[in-house]
Amino acid sequence: MNENLAALLPETILLGAAVVGLLAGSLLPRRRQWAVAVLAAAACLAGLAATAWTMATGREQTVFAHTFAVDAATGLGRLAVLGGLLLLVAMATRTVRSHARESEFYVLLLMSGAGTLVLAGANDLLLLFAGFLLAGVPAYALAAFAKDGRGTEAALKYYLLGALLGTLMLAGTAVLYGAGGSTLYSDLRTTLPHASPALVAVGSLAVLAGVLFKAGAVPAHFWVPDATDGALAPVAAHVTTLTKVGGLIGAYRLAHQVLWGTALDWPGLFALLAALSMSLGNLAAFFQTSVQRLLAYSTIGQVGYLLVAFPVAARTGLAQQSLLFYLLAYTVTNLGAFAAVTALPHARTLEDYRGLARHRPALAAVLVVCLLGLVGTPPTGVFLGKLEVFQAAVEGGYTWLAALAVANTVASLFYYLRWLAPLFRPAPHEQPSAAHRTAGRGPVATACAAATASLLLGLAGGTLLPLTTGPLLR
Amino acid sequence: MLTLVTFLPLLACVGLALAPRSVPDRVCARVWAGTAAADLALVVGLWVGFDPHGGMQYQQNHPWIPAAGVGYHVGVDGLSLPLVAMTCLLFLATALYSLRETRRVRSYVCLFLFLQTVSVGLFVALDLILFFVFFDLSLVGMFFVIAGWGHGGRARAAALTFFLYTFTGSLALLLGFIGLSLAATPHTFDLLELVRGNPLAGQGLYAGLVLLALGVGLAVKTPTVPFHTWLPPAHTEAPAAGSAILAGVLLKMGAYGFVRIAMPLLPGSWRRYALVFVIVGTVSVVYGALVALAQTDFKRMIAYTSVTHMGYILLAVGAAGVLAGTDAQARSLAVTGAVVQMVSHGLLTGALFLLTGVLHDRGGTYAMDAYSGLSSHAPRFAAATGVAAFAGLGIPGFSGFIAEFQILTGSLASQAVATTCALTGLLITAALFLRALRHMFLGPSRLPAAAPATGFRDLVPSEAAATVPLLGAALVIGVAPRFLLDVVEPASRTVTQLVAR
Repeated sequence: MNENLAALLPETILLGAAVVGLLAGSLLPRRRQWAVAVLAAAACLAGLAATAWTMATGREQTVFAHTFAVDAATGLGRLAVLGGLLLLVAMATRTVRSHARESEFYVLLLMSGAGTLVLAGANDLLLLFAGFLLAGVPAYALAAFAKDGRGTEAALKYYLLGALLGTLMLAGTAVLYGAGGSTLYSDLRTTLPHASPALVAVGSLAVLAGVLFKAGAVPAHFWVPDATDGALAPVAAHVTTLTKVGGLIGAYRLAHQVLWGTALDWPGLFALLAALSMSLGNLAAFFQTSVQRLLAYSTIGQVGYLLVAFPVAARTGLAQQSLLFYLLAYTVTNLGAFAAVTALPHARTLEDYRGLARHRPALAAVLVVCLLGLVGTPPTGVFLGKLEVFQAAVEGGYTWLAALAVANTVASLFYYLRWLAPLFRPAPHEQPSAAHRTAGRGPVATACAAATASLLLGLAGGTLLPLTTGPLLR
Repeated sequence: MLTLVTFLPLLACVGLALAPRSVPDRVCARVWAGTAAADLALVVGLWVGFDPHGGMQYQQNHPWIPAAGVGYHVGVDGLSLPLVAMTCLLFLATALYSLRETRRVRSYVCLFLFLQTVSVGLFVALDLILFFVFFDLSLVGMFFVIAGWGHGGRARAAALTFFLYTFTGSLALLLGFIGLSLAATPHTFDLLELVRGNPLAGQGLYAGLVLLALGVGLAVKTPTVPFHTWLPPAHTEAPAAGSAILAGVLLKMGAYGFVRIAMPLLPGSWRRYALVFVIVGTVSVVYGALVALAQTDFKRMIAYTSVTHMGYILLAVGAAGVLAGTDAQARSLAVTGAVVQMVSHGLLTGALFLLTGVLHDRGGTYAMDAYSGLSSHAPRFAAATGVAAFAGLGIPGFSGFIAEFQILTGSLASQAVATTCALTGLLITAALFLRALRHMFLGPSRLPAAAPATGFRDLVPSEAAATVPLLGAALVIGVAPRFLLDVVEPASRTVTQLVAR
């Protein structure tokens, strides 16, 4: 049995740093708690280095009785999550600086990040559930971090729905175990096609419900708007972006390794979910006035585009490639938008952004790049991802889904422009208004870095695409 | 070389954006004019070294995203080189015109430099995704020009309409491109490889759907009836320089797409559905002219004449797809006419929109009723507008005549009815331009109430320097067109052969 702990280095580093950070946080005086942020950033960098080493040396393998796969999907997931965590730590420095629980913030973030990585790599239903909990429980706490009314409501909604769907997921795991005699994907793949279709359907749907909750896809999306609007902006960025990476890669692995073998029409179901997610998300975003709420609905719409890769997973090699690349590009772009929101803590509504281009040209440029990037305007990374997804859908015979995605893209343009247009309108006052006061250089620099990365991903995407093509390991 | 021509303005744009805030506005505007002049000089150099019978030249091909079959492939031939030259000339004229701009000059200049890179890049792109990237970015740039420097409260709504319309079109285009690339093995977006492979030959319905997607995408941008409704508000609200670029360069992107992409890549379906394009083109000609006749707003009227002029192009490319009852020479003539029309319309409409900018600058309105007897106040302005209007209605001696003559001659053989209908468009255009000229320049002197007490100032040197060369170029093409036709004709023969295969 392969028990190579080195293959799990990124996850181990994150958890180790969380433990050390927790201990250090209780010993350090309040004004020196920033050391924990440095530790968290260092852990992310070390994790990225370990990931790069794994990918460069071709150490794809499954470890611990095949329950965890280290393959191209895990690698890309690690890049996205660890890179995203780094951006999150950098953008949050000002938000939680000298806060009574500053070190706890980073510790919870690291633990939730580790859980997300487990979700992405899990090759076993029980491990998948462990990842669900590890990614979820710290995130519930993070949602209420500000201890204000809106944060509490956000956390409560997020937690209640998470608990409900988590229980459902565990029940589904039990049903599948009963039907297939194992929780390991490679065993279920051979046993489930011979099991009772009803049991398989009930069990798989229940498990999927949990994973889709993480991804924030319809119909498990009800927590997204409230949690995103109520939580602090960096936390909102985490729960809408990073956990999505884990949830979607986990769902793709489950679908590809287990569900496709069963006799049910999974491609049809995923196509339906994709269509619903993108349409509902985009329609609901239309007339939002709070920027965080708008971003929340936009992320629901984005899950829809990402899910387009699922129905064609078995028909074209482009599906996996497009999903992974889109996820990476989306992570960077969405975090860029959230970083800009974090940098302007006093601007909550679209109207507050009026005249920003004049007073804060850098942040306005970031928003232009990131929001148009989310629409899928070239040359950002998301454009390339979308192009790949559309290509996969057309090649896999789901042209109608691609056409719907195109229609949704046009519709989404409307609300992104509702945000962008005020930036260039003359401000109501000559002096920078209170809403345009930035939180400090850290978040602004983070936002610029994310926007640059988003552009680079589009321009130099050719070098990264080959990394997304390796087979999923069993 | 082509890369330099394309990205020189972008370099200047980045340089200006990073320059310290202390750089005065005047310097920004001059940097733009200098960059545009340098770019034009480079294009003249390209033209001098260009061999008309050499096919695609100055090619550069580098893999960009090899996994998706996307490359950075650029090159020019007789179809694109005249458009590149026209683009650079028009941007130089706009730069000179904008020397007097006072509102947020630095961002304004940066946007236009960005737009120039995007426009030139589109005309030299030989990869569908590269083409799409530039196509889409042109919308982004123009959106901000209209929204940021438009005339008033309705500018934002006009910008939004413009963006939503053309963005929808561009996504239809993208679907069409994906359909094209998936039909080729291995999947590629390279234009020349797709032309060689002709992957959609004999795939009836599929090829028809791809052509539908491409056709809608390009028709929105061109624009043709019934996709033209974004155009008049966008033009009315845009600043003069933005209108000149929008009409002069951005509209050509759609028409160029038909000649560069739709015709050579989908010859079978193009021949089958050529009649659709002929009809849409003819309807655009007549409808555009009739609606223009009913306008009271000078700028809106010119905007509608654009629909007419672009309709001729569609008529020509449609006629080039009908093999029955015609010979290769006539079809090639029609395509040549279409390309010359793109250049000619760019020059003339660009000049006209810059002149309407002068009108608005002096009188604060575009309403034709508000002005009368302007020729006594501003003889130079009246002369320039008169020349531009006459050239625009297709008087011999200017480029518009050469273009429309070739289009109508080339289309007459196979499409006698449509061509005859389109001729009425010429007549109506003549009527409306003459009526406008008479209304505004002759008769008793009258100025709008908003005009300053000092009266209507004539063209200042920078405005004259912006518009007169454009008219001069149109005159040169009209009198001695050989230098242009020698370049265009071999390329249009190639296109005609590709369509006929």
